[in-house]
Amino acid sequence: MKTSILALGFATVATGFACAAAAETPVLTVLTYDSFVAEWGPGPAVEKAFEADCACDLRFVAAGDGAALLARVQMEGAASDADVVLGLDTSLTAAARATGLFAPHGQTWANTLPVPFEDADFVPYDWGWFAMVYDKTKVTDVPTSFEALAASDLKIVIQDPRSSTPGLGLLLWVKAAYGDRAKDIWAGLADNIVTVTPGWSEAYGLFTEGEADMVLSYTTSPAYHLIAESDDTKAAAVFDEGHYMQVEVAGKLAATDQPALADRFLAFIGSDAFQSTIATTNWMYPAVTPAGGLPEGFDRFRPAKSLLMSADEAAAARDGALAEWQAALAQ
Amino acid sequence: MSHAPGAAAVAALVAGLTLGMAGVVGAGAGSLWPTAADLAALRFTVLQAALSAVISCALAVPVARALARRRFLGRGVLITLMGAPFLLPVIVAVLGLLAVFGRSSIVSDGLALAGLPPLSIYGLHGVVLAHVFLNLPLVTRMLLMGWQAIPAERFRLAQSLGMPPAAQFRHLEWPMLRAVLPGAAVVVFTICLASFAVALTLGGGPGATTVELAIYQALRFDYDPARAAALAVIQFGLGAVAVALGWAVLGRAGFGSGLGRRIGVGAPKGWRRGADALAVMLAAAFLLVPLGAVVWRGVGGLGDLPAGLWAALVRSVAVALLSTGVTMGAALVLALAVARGARGAGLFDTVATLPLAVSGLVLGTGLFLTVQPFVRPEAVALPVTVMVNALLSLPYAYRLLLPEARALHADYDRLARSLALTGVARLRWVALPRLARPLGFGAGVAAALSMGDLGVITLFAGESGATLPLYVHRLMGAYRMDAAAGAALVLVAASFALFALFDGMGRRAATR
Repeated sequence: MKTSILALGFATVATGFACAAAAETPVLTVLTYDSFVAEWGPGPAVEKAFEADCACDLRFVAAGDGAALLARVQMEGAASDADVVLGLDTSLTAAARATGLFAPHGQTWANTLPVPFEDADFVPYDWGWFAMVYDKTKVTDVPTSFEALAASDLKIVIQDPRSSTPGLGLLLWVKAAYGDRAKDIWAGLADNIVTVTPGWSEAYGLFTEGEADMVLSYTTSPAYHLIAESDDTKAAAVFDEGHYMQVEVAGKLAATDQPALADRFLAFIGSDAFQSTIATTNWMYPAVTPAGGLPEGFDRFRPAKSLLMSADEAAAARDGALAEWQAALAQ
Repeated sequence: MSHAPGAAAVAALVAGLTLGMAGVVGAGAGSLWPTAADLAALRFTVLQAALSAVISCALAVPVARALARRRFLGRGVLITLMGAPFLLPVIVAVLGLLAVFGRSSIVSDGLALAGLPPLSIYGLHGVVLAHVFLNLPLVTRMLLMGWQAIPAERFRLAQSLGMPPAAQFRHLEWPMLRAVLPGAAVVVFTICLASFAVALTLGGGPGATTVELAIYQALRFDYDPARAAALAVIQFGLGAVAVALGWAVLGRAGFGSGLGRRIGVGAPKGWRRGADALAVMLAAAFLLVPLGAVVWRGVGGLGDLPAGLWAALVRSVAVALLSTGVTMGAALVLALAVARGARGAGLFDTVATLPLAVSGLVLGTGLFLTVQPFVRPEAVALPVTVMVNALLSLPYAYRLLLPEARALHADYDRLARSLALTGVARLRWVALPRLARPLGFGAGVAAALSMGDLGVITLFAGESGATLPLYVHRLMGAYRMDAAAGAALVLVAASFALFALFDGMGRRAATR
C-alpha cells in the first residue's frame, strides 16, 4: 500500500515534467481564472475551437479569480510562462497596466458593448450588468433604486470589496450613480445588509438557502436558472439610476515568447467561434453579439442606463469609496 | 539532557520553511506600523479567537468527562462522528449551521409561528458559535485522551480511600486538565486567529474583519507582499504570545505509571448520571444536527455530479495520505524528543507550533515565489500541496501526541533503559503501542485537514490539477449549488472515511 501511494506521488511530479518536455508543437499558455477552465466552463470549447486551426497547443493555467490573476502576473513578473491573461476586469486594468507587463493588443475588431469601450492594451471578451437578484415568489415589492432598497426592509447579502471583484463593482456602482451621496446610500443600506461574504459563491449560496431576499449578482443570473434548471422564479431588479457594468478583458504579456500566436488568440476572442460559447458557459453577455443571437432570458432585464468608469477613474475612486463603505457599515 | 539529531533536523526544516517563506514574502520589508483599520481588525481577531477558545474548552470539559466515565450504546460511533465538524470545508460548515440557526431555518420558522422574529446568527456571537461548532469536538477528543491517560489504578485507589467525586476531581482530574487544557486552548485560539471566511460570512460586515482578511487583501487584491508580511508578523506575534501563555500555565500531570489498563474512570451514580447524559446529548445535538443538514442537502445533489469529480477525489486522497505520512513522522520525532527533555526541547516545542501562527496564504505565496523561477508552478502543484498540508497539520498532531509522550516517558523510560531497549526496538515495543491512540487520531485529523484544504492549491493549480475542495468551489462559482452540495458531501464522506480509518486503527491498537 505504502509503495503504491509513493509511486502515485512521484508519477504526479513526473507527469508534470513529461508534459514540459513533450512540447514540440508551439504552446500558447493562457492564464485565466478558475471557473473558466472548469469542464462546464468556456475553456474546453474554446480550446477545441482554437486548436482546430492554429497548429498549436492551447494550455490554460487557472489562478483563483480576477484579482488573484493580477497578483499572479505580478508575482511571476517577466519570467512568466503565460502569453495571454484572460479574466481581468476594468476595476483591475489600471493596476495591470501600471505593472508594465502588458503589450498593446493591436486588434481592430469591434465589440458590441452598450457603452463605447476602447483600450489599447486589453480586449473585452464578455461583460455583464451587476444587479440585485431575487426570487419572484418571495419578493413582490421590487425596489427600483438603491434609495428605494435602503428604504425597504428587504434583506440583502453582498460581497466584500476587499476580497471580491463583484464587491468592488458594487462600490463603484454606488459611487458612479450617486457620487458624493454614496456615503448616505451606504448608511441607508446598512440595516438591509444581512452579511458580507468573501466571494460571490458564498453570497449566492446564502441567497439560494433563503438567508436573504436579494443578492448582488448579474442581470444574467436568472437566465442561468431559466436555461440550465428550467426555473423561472429568479429575477433581477432594474434600477432607474442605471447599472454598473463589469467588463472582462484579456491582454497580451509583453514578455511572451509566442507573440504571433498570442495576437492570433486575441483576434480569435472577437470571432463567432469564441463569442458563441460565452453566454451559456460563463453566463455573461458576449463582447460581440453572436450571429445566432443571444439565448433565451438574456434580454429580460435590460437597464435603460449603463454605468462604467474608465480604468483610471475606477482606480482613483477605489480607496475613497472603500473607506466610505467601511465607515458606514462598521458601526 | 540527551541529543536528538533527528528532531533537530525536523525542527530546522519546519522552522526554515515557515519562517523562510514568511521572509520571502516580506523581502520588500514594509512598515510594521498598523493602520487604524488594522488595529480594529486586530481587536476583533483577538476577541473572537479568545472567546472561541475559552467557550470551546469550557464546554468540552463536561462532555469529555461524561464520555470518559460512561459506557452506552453508540458511544464509539458518537466519538468518531464528533470528529466530523472539524473536517468540513468552511462554507459547507457555515451552510450546515445556517440550516439550524439561520433566518429560514426550522428554528426560525418555529419562532415565526410564535410571532417572534427570526434568529440572527450574524455578528460576534455567530462567529463564536461557528468556531465552537468546529473546535469543540477537537478539544473534547484531546481531553478524552487525557482522561484515558490517567491510570485506572489511580481511580481504584481513590475509590478505595472513599474519595467523593469532588475530591477525585481535585486530585486526579484537575491535574490532568491543567496539563491538557492550555495546549488545547492555544490550538483553538490560533486556529481562530487565522479565520477569515467564517469570521466575514457570519460576522455580518466589515466590523468583523480579521487580520487574515487583511493579509488576503494585501496579497490577492493589492499585491503588496511587504504589507502582507508585516500583517503576518502581527498575526504571528499573537500566536506566539498565546503559545507562551499556554506554556506559563502548563502543568505537569505526573501520575506515575499504571499497568496501561484503560478500564474504568470512576462512574458516580445519582444525579451525576443525569448530568452526564445531558452533556452528551446536548453536545451530540449541537454537532450532529448541522451535520445532518449537510448530508440531507448533499444527497439531493448526488444525482448530477460531473464526471471530473472522481479524478479530483483520487488526487485529494493521494495528497492527504502523503501529507499525513510526513506529518505523523515529524510529529512523532518532535514529541518524543521534547518528552524526554532532549537538548533544545523548548525550541522544538515552539517550532512544532510555529506553522499554526503562519498564515497558509503567506506560506503558499512564499513557496510560489521560491519555486516559480525554476519550475512551472502547476507542475509542482500537488507536491507543494502535500508539503504545505503536512506543515499546517503538524501542530495538531504534535499537540495530540505530546501529553501522552510525556506520560510514556515518565512511566516507561526506566523500564526501557533497564531492558536496554533503544532505537527502533524501543519505538516498536514501547512507544508505538502506547501512543497508538493519539497517533491514530492525529493521523485522522491530519488526513482530513489535508483533504479539506483550499489554500495553497488555488495558487498552484493548472487546468486539470484541481483537488476536491477546489472542485466544490468551482461548482459553486458556476451557480451549481446543488451539485456543489453533492460534491461537498462526497468530500466530507471521503475525509470522514480517512479520519475514521486512522482513528479506528489507533483505538483498536490501543485496546489490544
